[in-house]
Amino acid sequence: MRGADYDCIIIGGGPAGLTAGMYLSRARVHCLLLERTVCGGQILVSDWVENYPGFPEGVSGADLVYRMSKQAEKFGLPVENAEVESVDFSGPVKKLFCGKKTYTANSVIIATGASPRRLNVPGEQEYYGKGVSFCATCDAPFYRDKTVVAVGGGDTAVQESLFLTKFAKKVYLVHRRDKLRAARVLQERVFANERVEIVWDSVVTAVKGLFNVERVSVKNVKTGEEKDLPADGCFVWVGITPLTDFLKGAVDLDAGGAIAANQKMETSAPGVFVAGDARNTPLRQVATAAGDAAVAALGVERYLEGLEAGEKL
Amino acid sequence: MSEALLEVTDQNFDAEVLNSAKTVLVDFWAPWCGPCRAIAPVIEELAGEWAGTVVVGKCNVDDNPVTPGKFGIRAIPTLIIFKNGAVAEQITGLVQKGKIKDAVEAANSK
Repeated sequence: MRGADYDCIIIGGGPAGLTAGMYLSRARVHCLLLERTVCGGQILVSDWVENYPGFPEGVSGADLVYRMSKQAEKFGLPVENAEVESVDFSGPVKKLFCGKKTYTANSVIIATGASPRRLNVPGEQEYYGKGVSFCATCDAPFYRDKTVVAVGGGDTAVQESLFLTKFAKKVYLVHRRDKLRAARVLQERVFANERVEIVWDSVVTAVKGLFNVERVSVKNVKTGEEKDLPADGCFVWVGITPLTDFLKGAVDLDAGGAIAANQKMETSAPGVFVAGDARNTPLRQVATAAGDAAVAALGVERYLEGLEAGEKL
Repeated sequence: MSEALLEVTDQNFDAEVLNSAKTVLVDFWAPWCGPCRAIAPVIEELAGEWAGTVVVGKCNVDDNPVTPGKFGIRAIPTLIIFKNGAVAEQITGLVQKGKIKDAVEAANSK
């Protein structure tokens, strides 16, 4: 159709991208999914998902997304390994630039998701993989009978801190405010857990050590008091950053870098849709990613039908 | 585990990895690690593509705690490329297949 390689290209292979791909393949839309590393997305690091409907016993993040991959594959979704570095959405044929290769499509679904926000403190980058981690499921077992610092106060920080207590003898949960944002059920569990000590009103100022992490410096934002917590690891869960830098103004973003969209998941560029954590959304869950993706896929179908109808006139 | 993959253990590490005449890529993983499971098929593909030229191994860090300890591994998946008994490159976290290929080719051409 109209000189483009594909009718739709989906950027990103997390729950949003795989769901969109499943819907579009099933609808026999000529589509392709581009994934920069391996499919799965952020949910891969989630030990246990207990709020995705249909899994009353819960399911590991890796299992859930593996099932999504299989389901998309079953309907013939092709997946290629490529990182989209920049785009051109100015014309009817959308261009995606991936290093030496350029892909073209009549429509696009952006499902690039988000990545964990960094603390941006001294030591964080140097000790990544040497004590600094963003994934308790991956790395918690290295901290058996050790002491770790966890940073954050939302659902992820609290849930993952609880997971850490299965291994670590002590978890300092450092939170910048005097109350947690996490769901009440998670708060109840963390307050009842003797291995967790919450360090209120405090921020991490540095991660220190010799070869591996040995101490985490924290500062109380109310009193100004500074101290070093002895810790073998530092797990960071202070929110996420939408992965939208590559768009460089091609679609409208909000102040936080998330893609603005209407309820049909249409972005400011015609024929370009968004789904999942990259979107300006009040909730970032697997369920909302899947929901966004189903709506975006419908939008793509309608848009392509519109293009075809236009051609026949 | 596929036949093209070497199972690396604390017992055979010196003989099969450090003393290997070929470049060796070792994937340090564990069953409880989601990203490790996601990258596993990529490692298997590479093992198939490189059969006979580069040794590709997997080391389960649960069953073999000594070897990851030697290399200060505190996060997985970690991929280490060994050449002539030394670490040529260490990669932590999920990466694109092409980047693993580039790193192994760079080690091979040294």
